[in-house]
Order: sequence, then structure tokens, then C-alpha cells
Amino acid sequence: MDKTVNQKAWFLVLPVFLVVAFSAVLPLMTVVNYSMQDTFGNNQFFWNGVGWFKELLDPSTDLGGRFLASLGRNLFFSLVILAIEVPLGIVVALSMPREGWTVAACLVILALPLLIPWNVVGTIWQIFGRPDIGLLGYVLNAMGFDYNYVANEFDAWVTVIVMDVWHWTSLVALLCYAGLKSIPEAYYQAAQIDGASRWAVFKAIQLPKMNRVLLIAVLLRFMDSFMIYTEPFVVTGGGPGNSTTFVSIELVKIALGQFDLGKAAALSLVYNLIILIVCWIFYTVMTNAGVERKVQASSEPAVEPKPSAALKPVPALEPREGVA
Amino acid sequence: MARIDLVDLAHSYGGNDAAPESFALKPVTMTWRQGGAYALLGPSGCGKTTLLNVISGIITPSRGKILFDGKDITPLSTQKRNIAQVFQFPVIYDTMTVGQNLAFPLKNRGVPKAEIDKRVAEIGRLLDLEPYLNRKATRLTADAKQKISLGRGLVRSDVAAVLFDEPLTVIDPELKWQLRSKLKALHRELDLTMIYVTHDQTEALTFADTVVVMHDGRVVQSGPPAELFDKPAHTFVGYFIGSPGMNILPAEVRGREAKIGGHVIALDRSYDNLPSGAKIEIGVRPEFVEVVAPAPGLLAARIERIDDLGRIRFARVRVGNAKLAARAPAGFTSADSSAGLKFDPSHVHVYADSLLVEGAA
Amino acid sequence: MHSIPGRRLIMGLFLVFLLLPIYWLVNMSFKTNSEIVSTMTLWPHTPTLQHYQRIFTDESWYSGYINSLQYVILNTIISISVALPAAYAFSRYRFLGDKHLFFWLLSNRMAPAAVYALPFFNLYSAIGLFDTPWAVALAHCIFNVPLAVWILEGFVSGVPREIDETAFLDGYSFPRFFIKILVPLIASGIGVAAFFCFMFSWVELLLARTLTSVHAKPIAAIMTRTVSAAGMDWGLLAAAGVLTIIPGALVIWFVRNYIARGFALGRV
Repeated sequence: MDKTVNQKAWFLVLPVFLVVAFSAVLPLMTVVNYSMQDTFGNNQFFWNGVGWFKELLDPSTDLGGRFLASLGRNLFFSLVILAIEVPLGIVVALSMPREGWTVAACLVILALPLLIPWNVVGTIWQIFGRPDIGLLGYVLNAMGFDYNYVANEFDAWVTVIVMDVWHWTSLVALLCYAGLKSIPEAYYQAAQIDGASRWAVFKAIQLPKMNRVLLIAVLLRFMDSFMIYTEPFVVTGGGPGNSTTFVSIELVKIALGQFDLGKAAALSLVYNLIILIVCWIFYTVMTNAGVERKVQASSEPAVEPKPSAALKPVPALEPREGVA
Repeated sequence: MARIDLVDLAHSYGGNDAAPESFALKPVTMTWRQGGAYALLGPSGCGKTTLLNVISGIITPSRGKILFDGKDITPLSTQKRNIAQVFQFPVIYDTMTVGQNLAFPLKNRGVPKAEIDKRVAEIGRLLDLEPYLNRKATRLTADAKQKISLGRGLVRSDVAAVLFDEPLTVIDPELKWQLRSKLKALHRELDLTMIYVTHDQTEALTFADTVVVMHDGRVVQSGPPAELFDKPAHTFVGYFIGSPGMNILPAEVRGREAKIGGHVIALDRSYDNLPSGAKIEIGVRPEFVEVVAPAPGLLAARIERIDDLGRIRFARVRVGNAKLAARAPAGFTSADSSAGLKFDPSHVHVYADSLLVEGAA
Repeated sequence: MHSIPGRRLIMGLFLVFLLLPIYWLVNMSFKTNSEIVSTMTLWPHTPTLQHYQRIFTDESWYSGYINSLQYVILNTIISISVALPAAYAFSRYRFLGDKHLFFWLLSNRMAPAAVYALPFFNLYSAIGLFDTPWAVALAHCIFNVPLAVWILEGFVSGVPREIDETAFLDGYSFPRFFIKILVPLIASGIGVAAFFCFMFSWVELLLARTLTSVHAKPIAAIMTRTVSAAGMDWGLLAAAGVLTIIPGALVIWFVRNYIARGFALGRV
């Protein structure tokens, strides 16, 4: 569909622009301002130029060391939870019941963790994992595992990861389920006639039809896990030691804990920039996927006297005769 | 290659215990000849897709049996039936090339690679898909995609029958015609049993050598197009096939006479033993009723309008409360819209409770 | 064909995994503190409502709920009403800088709340909005407005352009067309966008806590007060946690039949 060029459309976008500019651009300018300065409290600021940025990227300094370490931890965390949540979400989506009241029941339970305030998610797992009063911690210790997320780094990591899987796998599953629901019945029937195995059906039909929603799921999960703050902070407080201190936690420590505004601002900018770059890569990939769809129509002049035929959206299948 | 027999076959989506009238497919016994080109014709909701899905095995019938060459295959799954089916909307595997799409059914059945390549090349040639075998299938037009769906069925050498479920719905009009000719050609070449579901009578009549008309879950008539036209076995067939459809008029029939509102129409055959209490109607195609100037002895009618279809003109007339269509001969005009109707007795049929009654000579 | 072998088992196990921690919280909220600390019991042996009673009788507790709902609803309304025209513009028109603007909007959805916490604090203090629901509602716009624009754009694009053209030919003015025709057509999309706005505003805490102190403090932040000199009041914490789950659960219950379509975000 070709869009018409209309500069007046800016008026429609203006409210959004103003709201977001107010809540994003103004604060960001403050951040940029701070990032060039140093403070000894009492609102006295000194010009520091790009000093903080240099320090930030130099692992031998305190700031740089902490930043790069937390960045590494955060990347590792994001990759681990993606590796678990995406396949698990697909499996859960494929396991959804087909019809009846169980569908609604499953959907409601799946969506439940998504609407729990993040610090309560933390609280739930903080309690659940405690060896003294939490079911999980108690059972694990009773089984002979020496599990204690407060003292043991590995246990803390496992807890934080399991918590994130608990919290967010549903999002992937619901997105995939929405994708699966959009596959017309005829595809499954055709596959049956073609003698396709269960695995072949997944590979040839379900996965390709899900790839758009999967891309959205990966994007959202990567970004949100990269910004994660509240849940691990409530459970582990970033510890033991610094073992679960992710970038956001480090940032808040510096900004609100030490009130080191200059350092915090510089860290914010670099942090934001990384996210922006990743976001841009995803955005480009996604837009290209969209363009590829549109190109389909015109790429085959020999057999396509009428490109409109290929573009025609497949309408919902006519209700099966006799059922209605 | 197979003859298909349906034995007392019926299906209800509500299960076998549902009321007989609610069955989507009411009990039917019939035979589909090996190598025949069949069209399954009827309006939406008449049960034709249900029947098709029962044959292909997507639906297990509530009752009855399906035989392929005399062998009962009712409990067999779709995979084991050697059926090819083309759906209303093209089904293609997006991530595969055209060639891979065609190879898919063979690969699933563990056919050796050399054999697959040979078959794919052969089918590609047959369907004029050769230039596109290595291209992504998503990039093709709807008609090419439908050819791929068809090809996936034909690629199997053992295919017993090809089923089409309104396959031309999403195809552009001029390509529709091309694709239909292609199907006819394939049918001649491959000697396959083809069953083609459609609600479009032109499609049915041009494609098939036998047309099966369905109405309300029942097969009401099955025969060559000419027979459906000349001698509809059910008033529905008369009305559904032909444009305009058959004129159906309530009448009193006795011996060789039909009486409509006091006016007598002569019949070619004699009807003496009509069931008492049945609803009696006469049916006559507009082609065999002529509007002429009003005259005594002719059924008087009022002309509402005249449609010019090019080679033929049809007058829309009113007799009492009944609306009829009748052929208007070249040069016929009417000043005051009054006219008389002349019936061709050899083409006036008698129906009792909508079913054709054969008269005695 | 649709689903996988053993799906009942998989689904069952996953649902248990989701529900067990929540059950544990509910379980604890009905126990006395001495039962919680002294023994490991799978269900409350001496059930008590004392924690809930305390929450509902103490104004500083239940006002937290009202505060939270206030800014969540405020934010949802602001987000949807500014996002609607923009979604229409992005869906229908090309204009100077449209692609960059769209990306810039989306990038804000990805901005870490931690980055903005402090600048927001300064900004809202300076203009006198600090510790009001408005501060949090506006702050949450930074991630909810882009999301709403993005979701609504998908739904608007699903409406055939011919409908606009017909309406304009019929003499509808733009605002009238927008309210009388477009909005009803994408009502389900607005529902979906509102659901997501509600969800993300309700679950966010870092900004909400930073921008409030007394009058607009969200319930989730009040929960931290359960740590006292006498140690942790686990029962009270659990009861407060359970109460924060309920509004979300209610919302899900009301939209349960739209969840599948909603998560398709109008663009599958």
C-alpha cells in the first residue's frame, strides 16, 4: 500500500511528540549535562568533559571495572533467559488446549505473572526460595542440596534466572499462541495429505508462521532483560557480593546510593546507546522482513500479469459447511 | 487410480445420535468411476465440502463406508488414502522453494532422492512450473500457488483421486479460465479420478463429465450436464442450474393436462398415478416457453421487462402472483405489456413434492 | 496435528510451575507470623485474616492502592489519547522524518527506567508535580506511549483505506470521521493497547517510587515498610503482595477471550 505524502500529518503526531519529548528529551538533556561534570555534593558542579566516558570504558578504573563487569553479567543473563524462554514459550504455545473452557483457563493463568508488580515478583521468589520459610528452598535443602541464594553466587543466579523464566515465558508463549491461531485449518489438512510428520508440520508450517511474532518476542525479552532492575534487586540486592548486579542496579547504586551524578549520567548515556544500537538492528531486520513481503508481488513478472492477485489477503476460511 | 464407492455414508458434526434432519451429509450411496471428472455442485452449506472431506479422510463419517476399488478404507487416515486435495486458498510451505514444495510429500514418505528429482521435474513440466522450481514459493501469484498445491498431489505416482475444494476462488477471472483448461488437459493426460467442488455452475458444467448436485445435505441428482439441464430430477436442480433457472409453477395435473389457475397446458406424457396429498408442480425451462402476442388458448401474462443476453432474449413475466421467465423470439415487442405464453409440451416436467415424476407414454 | 505429544503433561507442569509460588504467597498471607517462622506447613493450620485486617484498617496502606490505580488509569488515558492520532498518521501518511520519528518513539520504549529516575526527579520537583499521580503517569508515558502508537498503528493499518475515503466523500470532517468511524472500528485495538498500558504502568515500580514520597506513594512501595525493628512481618508482606496481584487478575479475567487476539497485536 502506497502511503500518500502529507506534511500536515505532523499535526497528528504533535501530541505524541510533545508528550514524549517532555518525558524523554528534557531529562536526557539533564543527563548529558551531568555527564560532563563532577560534583562534591551541595549542588556544586565542576566541568569534567569526557573524563567519565574515558573512565567508563577503561576496565582498570573503579567505574569502568564495575560498568563492564555488570554489562558482561547482563549480557550473559539476557542470553541465558532467551535460550530458555524462547524454546519453552514455543513448547507451551504448542501445548495449548484446542478448544473448550480450558483454553480460557490456561490463558488466564499464563497471563497472571505478567500483571504482577515487579517488586512483588521479587518478593514472591524471595519468599519462595528461602530455606527457612519458602517451599522451594525448604524442599531443595530437605533433598540434600545446599541451596541458599543469599550466600551462594550460583544459587543466586539460578534463582534470578528461574524467576525471570517464571515471570516472562508466558509473554513468549502468548505471542506464539497468537501466531499459531492465525494459521488456517487448510494448512494442517494439506500437511496431513502430504504425509507430513509432526516435526515436519512444525518446521514447514508452524515455525514460519510464527517467525514474526517470535521476532517481536525476542526483541521485547532482550530489551526488558537488559534493563532488568526491580526483581533481582528485591531478591538478591545485587549480591552475594556483586554477582547479580546488573547494569541498572549498578546505575542506581551510583546515582541514588552514592549520588555520583556525573558518573551515573555518563553510564546512563553509554547504556542507552548500547540499547539504542541493538534496538536499531532489530528494527531494521523487522522492517526488512516487512518489505520482503511487499516485494513478493512484483518480483515475478513472467507469471504475474496481475500482481493484485498475490497481494489479496487470504480471508478467513468460510465456516465449515453444516457446522454453522 | 481407483473407483470410489460410498455406501450408506452420512455425517453429522453433532455425532451419530443427532437428529437425522440435522446431518450435514444425509445418507448417500453412490459410485465415482475411475477416471471420471466429477463436479460437486451446490450452494454454500449444502454439505459438499463435508462430503469431500469425508472422501479425503479429514473427517471420519458418522456412519457408512467408503471403498476404494472395493477395499474399505473408512478407518484409514488421510496419509494412507493416496488422495490429493487442493484447497480454496493456496496452501504452500512458505520457507521452501517450488521444487521443495513439490518434493515434500515424497520426502515424507521416504522416497529415494533420485526418484524424487525425477518426479518433481516431470510434474514441474506438466504444470508449466519448470522455470520457478528453484524460487521461493511465497513469491508466486495465487494461480501459480494453486498449481503447486495441485502438483504436491500429482507428484505421488500412486494417487487415487484428486479433490478440489473451490480451487479458483482467489484466482483472477482471466486466469481462472486458463487454469481450468489446464485441469481438463491434465485429466485427459493422466486418467485420474477428479472431484471438483464448486458453487459456480459454469465451472461445474465446463469441467465435469458428471455433475453431482447437492442440496441440504443430500445428493439430489448426478448425471452429465445435458441431463441436468433437460431433465432435472429435483426442482432445486432445475432452479439452480441454468440461467435463468427453471420456471416452477404449482398446478393440478390429471392425465395429459396440467391446469394453472383455470388454464390448461398440454403435456407430452400421461400422469395418472400421482401420489395423493403431494405438492404437485410443473417445471419448464425458460428456453421452452415462448412469449407471443396474447391470443385465446394461451396462458395470459404481463411482461415486466425483457433481458437481452445477446444471442437470446428472456422476458420476465407475471402470471397471477407467479413470476416466470420466457424466451422472447427475435422481433417480438409488446405495446401494452400483455402477452401469451406458449409451452413446448415435450419439455414440461411434473414434480411431486419437488421430485420428478416420470409420465407414461 | 496442531499440538504436540504429551501436551497435557507439559501444560500441566508449566501451570503448576506458574501457580506454585503464587500459592505459597497466598498460603503465607493466611498464616500467623509464628506459624510462618516456626513450622513448614503446606496450608494454614491456624488460618487468620489479621494481616488483611491490618491493611484494610490502616489508611496509609489502602491509600496506596488508590494512588497506584490513579496514576495507572491516568497514564492509560493519556497514552491512548495521544497515540491514536499519531497511529493514524503513521499508518496512512508519509511525512518529513516519519521513519526516524517512529524509531525514536520505539527507542524510548527501550530506555532503561534507571537512566531516567534521577532526571525525572529533578524535572518534576522543579515544576511542582513531584509526589502527585501526574508525575508518575507522565513518567510512564515514556514507555507506554511508544507501545500504544506501535500497537494501534497495526490495527489502523488493518482498516481498509477505502473506508476513510468514503467517509470523507460523504462529507465527514476529520475529527468526526475519527471519532464516529475509525475509533469504533479499531475498538478492539484500543482495548489491547489499553491493556498493555495498564499492565506496564501497574507493574513498574522504580519510577513510581522515585517520583513519590507521601501523598502518591504506590502500594508496591508501601510494602517495603514491613521491615521493622522487630524483624520481618512476613504475613503482612504476603497479604500486601496478594492484594497487588488481584487487580491484574481481574483485568485478565475480563479480557480472557481477547488475549489470543490481543497478543497478535493486530499484525500477525
